[in-house]
Amino acid sequence: MELQTLTYIVVGLSFALYMGIAVWARASTTSEFYVAGKGIHPVANGMATAADWMSAASFISMAGLIAFKGYDASVYLMGWTGGYVLLAMLLAPYLRKYGKFTVPEFIGDRFYSKTARIVAVICLIVASLTYVIGQMKGIGVAFSRFLEVPFEAGLLAGMSIVFFYAVLGGMKGVTYTQIAQYVVLIFAYTVPAVFISLQLTNNPFPQLGLGSTMADGSGVHLLDKLDLVLGDLGFAAYTEQKGGTLNMFLLTLSLMIGTAGLPHVIVRFFTVPKVRDARSSAGWALVFIAILYTTAPAVGAMARLNLMNTIQIGEVGSPEGNLVYADRPVWFTNWEKTGLLKFEDKNGDGRIQYYNDKNPAFAETAEKAGWKGNEMVKVDRDIMVLANPEIAQLPNWVIALVAAGGIAAALSTAAGLLLAIASSISHDLLKGVFKPEISEKQELLYSRVAMAGAILVAGYFGLHPPGFAAQVVALAFGLAASSLFPALMMGIFVKSINNKGAVAGMLAGLGSTLIYIFWFKGWFFIPGTAMAADNASNWLMGVSPGAFGAVGAMINFAVAYIVSSQTEAPPAHIQHMVENIRVPSGSGAAQDH
Amino acid sequence: MTSDKAQDYWKANLRLVMGCLAVWFVVSFLFGVFLVDVLNTISIGGYKLGFWFAQQGSIYTFVVLVFFYASQMNKLDRKFDVHED
Repeated sequence: MELQTLTYIVVGLSFALYMGIAVWARASTTSEFYVAGKGIHPVANGMATAADWMSAASFISMAGLIAFKGYDASVYLMGWTGGYVLLAMLLAPYLRKYGKFTVPEFIGDRFYSKTARIVAVICLIVASLTYVIGQMKGIGVAFSRFLEVPFEAGLLAGMSIVFFYAVLGGMKGVTYTQIAQYVVLIFAYTVPAVFISLQLTNNPFPQLGLGSTMADGSGVHLLDKLDLVLGDLGFAAYTEQKGGTLNMFLLTLSLMIGTAGLPHVIVRFFTVPKVRDARSSAGWALVFIAILYTTAPAVGAMARLNLMNTIQIGEVGSPEGNLVYADRPVWFTNWEKTGLLKFEDKNGDGRIQYYNDKNPAFAETAEKAGWKGNEMVKVDRDIMVLANPEIAQLPNWVIALVAAGGIAAALSTAAGLLLAIASSISHDLLKGVFKPEISEKQELLYSRVAMAGAILVAGYFGLHPPGFAAQVVALAFGLAASSLFPALMMGIFVKSINNKGAVAGMLAGLGSTLIYIFWFKGWFFIPGTAMAADNASNWLMGVSPGAFGAVGAMINFAVAYIVSSQTEAPPAHIQHMVENIRVPSGSGAAQDH
Repeated sequence: MTSDKAQDYWKANLRLVMGCLAVWFVVSFLFGVFLVDVLNTISIGGYKLGFWFAQQGSIYTFVVLVFFYASQMNKLDRKFDVHED
């Protein structure tokens, strides 16, 4: 069957499934809307958390980043999984014990301060919105390929779907939909990976295939082969470290702390019945995440190898070694249409030269061969996963499946994020601070309106994104790491932190991180307003904007501690509350108030 | 629960968390980042060991760690009689 038709059918069927579930499990009370009535089984919650968590960045962008950065992209692999260790041990069980609806609600109660709650809402909105922007970019890429339309039109189409889906859902509907979306996305991710691993190494497990020898009988290990192919074209070796060690350390730490501090993830652990379930549910979430995250390195490396071999078909330097542009495969022309892949025949030989023209050591070889610069002038990293099955010439149904999987990943995360934003506006700001008198029904209405507004804002930024999807998301992590995680952790582990300390700490952490990011990325990501070029020579001690969250978190901890020690201790009932959170017994069923 | 007992429970909890986080730090930051060049001189299969920890091994360890922590905490809850139901 024609690929286009097949893609429409597969994606259409998956949409029908999600919408059916969303309508079936529609929320009617605020408890169902915010925390699914606290009745989700820990394994089911783990699966939903995994879908909520694994976004367009994980599904679409991450393997692409790995493909082009090699070892250096390990920060994303370790950062986005290691955070669950922190979450399971430092936050999830205690916050579940506390048993309310939102993250700012806990901060407001623990630090007995409406200001703290409002600051937490601001932190939450800034972090979640930044994160949603990354999703929007991913949705745009997936839809533009699937509908074969320009990126902007793809983004608008994606926004409309999210709009319908998220506004209808509520946590109850979202949870059950996310379980279905997890199944779709993990199937879509692993099936092509297994095929490609078999093709290249004869090993059906991508995790093992990556460490195996090539299937061509040469006896060369796949990773060594990749290092070799890249080296021949002037690129850095795949398995070698290219960035600074301090930056790698801080970026990984920022991603970990940020993962544990992201409200849309934390709130998932409010939906399980018991404290015990919150602990094991974090483990299950990590299992379901690890299936994709251990496959991704194989996908990245194999996609890169296939891409290089598609273009460099023979010996480097001989004219016949390069693919003739007119003979390019169908996937190449398809991606050219989206504008995410661009070729420019710089030396007019009708063949494609793809090499590292920024490497002075390779310049001589290139000149001798008559190459006038890298002719693949644009290879958007975000296309790698979606193009991967086509590059490997897999059957059409696999390609269609990948489109459905990418869209499932983006939709499930966007829904979770929008829910967190909407909850914080309707439950924390309106019901909690400004309009305590509104009825439950009105609160539900307000949260749906808030969601619609958030989609529009995110859509605008999606059209003017500050970077690749995964990198934009990395910024959101910095923000969650520098503001929310320290406040939550100190709220549980350090009894002496008071209202003034917590507020000052959050503002100092968030402020320093935001300034550092805007300094290099432009104020509010508006192009042309950056104070310094975003490259390693300008960064403070080589720390990239995405890695600054860990520093911001340290600032937050320090400021909160110093301010608290100079001001009065928290009142007795708050200290008692902290002691109560620390033991599981008596967590009870869903609490309303 | 008496406050002495509560303190003992909390201390035991903190010890467990510290132990788990030490492992968490070693497999990711130590093996995957700081010592990566040293470990890369060793190969397992086609993987350089440091590279393997950074892209595979740390993740497997995290999964085991969380389940280990959860089961130890459940035991601790029973021992100090603070479990649910």
